[in-house]
Amino acid sequence: IFCSRLGGDERRVDSRTIYVGHRSCPANEAFIPPKFCDNRIVSSKYTVWNFLPKNLFEQFRRIANFYFLIIFLVQVIVDTPTSPVTSGLPLFFVITVTAIKQGYEDWLRHKADNEVNKYPVTVLEDGRRIRKESEKIKVGDVVEVEENETFPCDLILLQSSRDDDTCFVTTASLDGESNHKTHYTVPDTEKDLESLNATIECEQPQPDLYKFVGRMHIYKNNREPAVRSLGPENLLLKGATLKNTQKICGVAVYTGMETKMALNYQGKSQKRSAVEKSINAFLLVYLCILVSKALVCTTLKYVWQSKPGQDEPWYNEKTQREKDTNLYLKMFTDFLSFMVLFNFIIPVSMYVTVEMQKFLGSFFITWDKDFFDPEIKEGALVNTSDLNEELGQVEYIFTDKTGTLTQNNMEFIECCIDGFQYKYRDASSELDGFCVTDGPVNKLQQKAGREREELFLRALCLCHTVQVKEPTEQSQCQVDGRVDEVDGLGVDGEVLQTSEALRGFIASSPDEVALVKGAMRYGFTFLGLESKTMKILNRNNDVEMYELLHVLNFDPVRRRMSVIVRAISGDTLLFCKGADSSIFPRVRQEEVERIRMHVERNATEGYRTLCVAYKYLSAEEYAQADAGLREARLALQDREQKLMAVYNQVETGMSLIGATAVEDRLQEEAAETMEALQGAGMKVWVLTGDKMETAKSTCYACRLFQRNTELLELTVRTLEDDNLIELNLRGSSIFTSFSSLCCRSWSLTNQDYGFIIDGATLSMVLNSSNESNSSRYKNLFLQICQNCTAVLCCRMAPLQKAQIVKMVKNSKGCPITLSIGDGANDVSMILEAHVGIGIKGKEGRQAVRNSDYAIPKLKHLKKLLLAHGHLYYVRIAHLVQYFFYKNLCFILPQFLYQFFCGYSQQPLYDAAYLTMYNICFTSMPILAYSLLEQHICMEVLLDNATLYREIAKNAMLRWGPFLYWTLLGVFHGLLFFFGVRYLFSNPALQDNGQVFGNWSYGTIVFTVLVFTVTLKLALDTRHWTWINHFVIWGSLAFYVFFSFFWGGIIWPFLRQQRLYFVFANMLSSVSAWLVIILLILLSLLPEILLVVFRKPRGPHARQVEPKHTDTLTFPLCFTTFLPLFLDAVLHIFVVKRGWLLLFSIMYFSE
Amino acid sequence: MMASSYNAKEEDGHPSGASGHGGPGVVKSKKPDNTAFKQQRLPAWQPILTAGTVLPAFFVIGLIFIPIGIGLFVTSNNIKEFEIDYTGVDMDSPCYTCAKNSSWNNTTPCTCSVDFTLEQPFESNVFMYYGLSNFYQNHRRYVKSRDDSQLNGGRSALMEPSKECEPYRKTDGVPIAPCGAIANSLFNDTLELFHIDSNGSRNAVPLVKKGIAWWTDKHVKFRNPGGNNNLTLAFQGDFSKPVNWRKPVYELDPSDPENNGFINEDFIVWMRTAALPTFRKLYRIIQKKSSTTPTLPSGKYTLDITYNYPVLSFDGRKRMILSTISWMGGKNPFLGIAYITVGSICFFLGVVLLIIHYKYDTRNNSADIPN
Repeated sequence: IFCSRLGGDERRVDSRTIYVGHRSCPANEAFIPPKFCDNRIVSSKYTVWNFLPKNLFEQFRRIANFYFLIIFLVQVIVDTPTSPVTSGLPLFFVITVTAIKQGYEDWLRHKADNEVNKYPVTVLEDGRRIRKESEKIKVGDVVEVEENETFPCDLILLQSSRDDDTCFVTTASLDGESNHKTHYTVPDTEKDLESLNATIECEQPQPDLYKFVGRMHIYKNNREPAVRSLGPENLLLKGATLKNTQKICGVAVYTGMETKMALNYQGKSQKRSAVEKSINAFLLVYLCILVSKALVCTTLKYVWQSKPGQDEPWYNEKTQREKDTNLYLKMFTDFLSFMVLFNFIIPVSMYVTVEMQKFLGSFFITWDKDFFDPEIKEGALVNTSDLNEELGQVEYIFTDKTGTLTQNNMEFIECCIDGFQYKYRDASSELDGFCVTDGPVNKLQQKAGREREELFLRALCLCHTVQVKEPTEQSQCQVDGRVDEVDGLGVDGEVLQTSEALRGFIASSPDEVALVKGAMRYGFTFLGLESKTMKILNRNNDVEMYELLHVLNFDPVRRRMSVIVRAISGDTLLFCKGADSSIFPRVRQEEVERIRMHVERNATEGYRTLCVAYKYLSAEEYAQADAGLREARLALQDREQKLMAVYNQVETGMSLIGATAVEDRLQEEAAETMEALQGAGMKVWVLTGDKMETAKSTCYACRLFQRNTELLELTVRTLEDDNLIELNLRGSSIFTSFSSLCCRSWSLTNQDYGFIIDGATLSMVLNSSNESNSSRYKNLFLQICQNCTAVLCCRMAPLQKAQIVKMVKNSKGCPITLSIGDGANDVSMILEAHVGIGIKGKEGRQAVRNSDYAIPKLKHLKKLLLAHGHLYYVRIAHLVQYFFYKNLCFILPQFLYQFFCGYSQQPLYDAAYLTMYNICFTSMPILAYSLLEQHICMEVLLDNATLYREIAKNAMLRWGPFLYWTLLGVFHGLLFFFGVRYLFSNPALQDNGQVFGNWSYGTIVFTVLVFTVTLKLALDTRHWTWINHFVIWGSLAFYVFFSFFWGGIIWPFLRQQRLYFVFANMLSSVSAWLVIILLILLSLLPEILLVVFRKPRGPHARQVEPKHTDTLTFPLCFTTFLPLFLDAVLHIFVVKRGWLLLFSIMYFSE
Repeated sequence: MMASSYNAKEEDGHPSGASGHGGPGVVKSKKPDNTAFKQQRLPAWQPILTAGTVLPAFFVIGLIFIPIGIGLFVTSNNIKEFEIDYTGVDMDSPCYTCAKNSSWNNTTPCTCSVDFTLEQPFESNVFMYYGLSNFYQNHRRYVKSRDDSQLNGGRSALMEPSKECEPYRKTDGVPIAPCGAIANSLFNDTLELFHIDSNGSRNAVPLVKKGIAWWTDKHVKFRNPGGNNNLTLAFQGDFSKPVNWRKPVYELDPSDPENNGFINEDFIVWMRTAALPTFRKLYRIIQKKSSTTPTLPSGKYTLDITYNYPVLSFDGRKRMILSTISWMGGKNPFLGIAYITVGSICFFLGVVLLIIHYKYDTRNNSADIPN
């Protein structure tokens, strides 16, 4: 199934050769059809055949399942005190349920695979159009794709239905950029694809979406083959959608799992929550306790037996088989028997309960009506319930910008012309703005001259690369659908009634559209570009025509673009717009100051600012520029540099007209959300593919960067400015700039820092050639980042985002990371982070599908983390600790009993009690608690983000609390056993002088146990709903009822009626009652004391100010510092010595 | 569009109870139900245990527990108990010879007499126990070595005893009734008590052997096969007696068919395995005859023992215990002491809490203490 990458056919060559349409070329080389993998996508894990073994293998790789399997096998093989059914049945149940669930999920994946693989496509074969299934496309096939279809594989564009040999593509589902991108056909190819005879030589598949290098050899009538170079502009990627072009033809170059999209997709790895790791660690501790208990008992047993008359007194002879067994074998089986006897300390039911808690608990997220978004009519979505508690542990948030922080809707906000500020009128008066010819520009202070105004607006109308979407009949009716896709009008909900309003603008950058639309509001409408002529409808409803002479394209280094146009009047004009930093040095300085103020103010408000300048070109100047541009364009070598030089030469001596401010509107409550998250102690990193300036302004708008935040920039530009980009010195230069940054950040610690890095620099940091350097850089990088309140990474490729997440994830302390994004470009980081959140945005469902949780809006993240995450964490942490505790005090008396029964593995409790304890008597209250508990109510959690810090770093599952619970369990276990032991020093406990036996003993202990652990939970419950009441009192009642029932009947088919009327007889004894009450009360006494002095929380916290709760008194100190103290003690005595080893074992065993 | 990114778990997240079964054409609203449960807003009682609420509780507990404890302690102290070890370890003890010679397959019974004096009269009903020490009735191999269906008179179990009874399951292919180690090691010393009059004559103290086993055991759990009459017939032939027994099960108490066979109370008492290696079991009851005379007046007594039960091989001890009984059972000062202790602790804690609470409150009222 999988591709032949390993198959050897391709060997390890650097390029592949593709025969277009599988036609052999006339050249001398023989046509060997090369083998490539087919166009099949495989995401399923199992097939029908390997499901059972593979699934079982994977399930038993879980440490817990394996452990229970071993216990079960021991029970089957060895003569043990309990029947194998007690552990075999639950295990079988758990395994089966899991297998069914996983099988069903895989079946769904098969179905989804099939849907994609069987999608019909059109392939041109020998001049015929053949419908095929998508999976049957082979490399070299010529594929036809129609408008709005996605490309089934990576294609080289050969032919387009558009006249200019281009096609438009949106890659929203790939990198999240929803704008239209222009791709070009291979120049000078035959119009008739049938007769095209060509081979393509291109590099082996690689994941970088923006890189492609290839060559096309075209053979014509035995002439020397013509060679065309191929670049990313010729490559149509699988997953992208064809737009605004009727159809195209392309030849498949990469197929199936070798497409760039598939290579960018990371396998969905099984995410494990930190809680599960804690559980595993605790499990190991308990396993050690278990083994040592068994060892102690075995040893003592043989010591005890060595005394004469003890091993086999006359009243208790061994069977012949026992006598015959080898001593060492007997020791071993004794050891195993003890293991089985004490194995209830690690119950299967805990895993079942945890799973159930997670599964059921996750419904509260989907049910939450606060997550419901009326716009998309959807609520939150939970894709995996395994990570609920991880939501309460997040330390780093990686967020995408476009579509996540912002709405990706550009809106023209204001402009400034000659230093006068023009703010657009508010919505109510907008309509007037279009028809009124006089003064559409709202005068705020003073007005610039009308002349200048119009010049400015003309500049906006002319200086861009926007295309007008031809208003076809289709678009008339589809206008609703179009608005989103092409950033058409009406996005802002305006009602535009003119027919022009229905026209859509297509541009490579949404800013440009916003500017053109902005100009339109002020009365200058761009009508379109027809055969090099730009048409503008001016305020007076006259059409102005300009001949477009040259477009000096935008590039990120120059950070400006210009057009040279000739007006009807014959004047040649250059209009230039660009970032302030790149425009200001090129205009007359006296103009700058007036505008700089506005620009800076706008920038700090989070708007994207552009400056507009112009100049008249004299005929000579133009001729010179024209010649220079033409020459540079034709240059074969260093074309870029030469063009750049001409551009720089032309764009000088301009005069500044004004500046614009465009807002990329933030998501609702984005700033508040970010502030709350930062208040909760989370570090927010923005990872975006966008430009630095834009991203920076967004960060300001979201208050990630504050006004007083000092920004540390590490980008290609800053490096370049400092002349540090010398190739050979790259590594060291970054290192030096790093160190300098480091020094700065260390020296001033009370300053807030923001850090900005771009993709190119990052890849230098991460992929440094030198091994030792790279790790050093990484460490430095992390150090810097960790000292910054916010980090902005711009110009990131999808995989780089994942790389960053991975780096932070694996850094010291293993912080819990969360990624949030809405586009397919965020998928890799969503998958990489501990928790991946998808936003149900406009850019397809990719992110949502791959996420662990999906929410409609960014603002929902706050409640998801601060309320739900917090509660889930507290609930599950308590669940885990409680489970270990209740099983410790369950088994400890049984262990102690061994000292009194000759180490004979005699169970203290009846088998029914042993089995039912975890399943029926004590499971429901904790399950209800772990679903419903709200130790602090939601509103308070949302209002006080700092509460989140209290549970940070797995606070409730560290060794301190664990030790506390363990000690509590030991205390209770000792109390139960010895309390009853002293009572039984005279077993005549009834008022008729009759005596109690061993089963009465066990039943009394068990009764105390069940009541104590249930009441202990009741004490911990801060939020008593009727369900809690029902299950807590219900399970106690059930215990009593069951005990009566179990002891009330002579059970047929049972050879032993151990508990017959034992419970009823126990209740008839006053002493038993008294001891039960006494022991329950005594065990809960320390708990009650702790609860009394614990920080007042819950409803009280609602009224009480946080300050109030922090008032320290002596017992308060005691209770708050007790866990800390235990933690410290542990550190000193245990952690430093042995736990490293234990941890390494633990991690290997995972 | 890529299948590999499909996550099959998608369905998991959809609430099963999503509202609205919109007909075809109706947009199905996924709006979550606004119910208290789903929004986690169920009305809830949110108890806060504060020093204020717990303080009275501590005092109340203290005030209740201390009197109970005192009551228990006094009751326990009022119980008269007399215990005598008749194992015969020492050379000078009367049962020394018997102890030395006894083994479970002795044919001739060995008897010995132990004299003792009761300093105080035992006023109410007196319960006579035998006590064994270092006897592991709770050993796993021992505990499971029984067949309750056999003891319940089950025919099939009678013929084919449970495997757990090994090695006391069959002798020479004939099933043992009752099978198992517990039954096999039935305590078979006979104890008889004589009051020595002031004039030296021995008066046998009447010992009642009924009412010593749990009523439910006697009447439901243990049953003879084929009714209580004709036990000889029911057991003869097909079964053999337990190896250590001198007489078969149907001769345990030939005088009383209601106390014979499996429903013999001594047997039933023995079959209720003790919790600890040192235990006592009820042997006989000495009923109070009249309200004027004590059941056992103070004075000299003789205990006649038919010494059958060997315990020295495993370093065991045998005791005879005479005890009166109160509403709380036999003598056991533990409960009383425990109650007094816990009550005092609670009371003490209450006082400490009161002091702390008082201080805490005054501090709290004085000013906002900045954190």
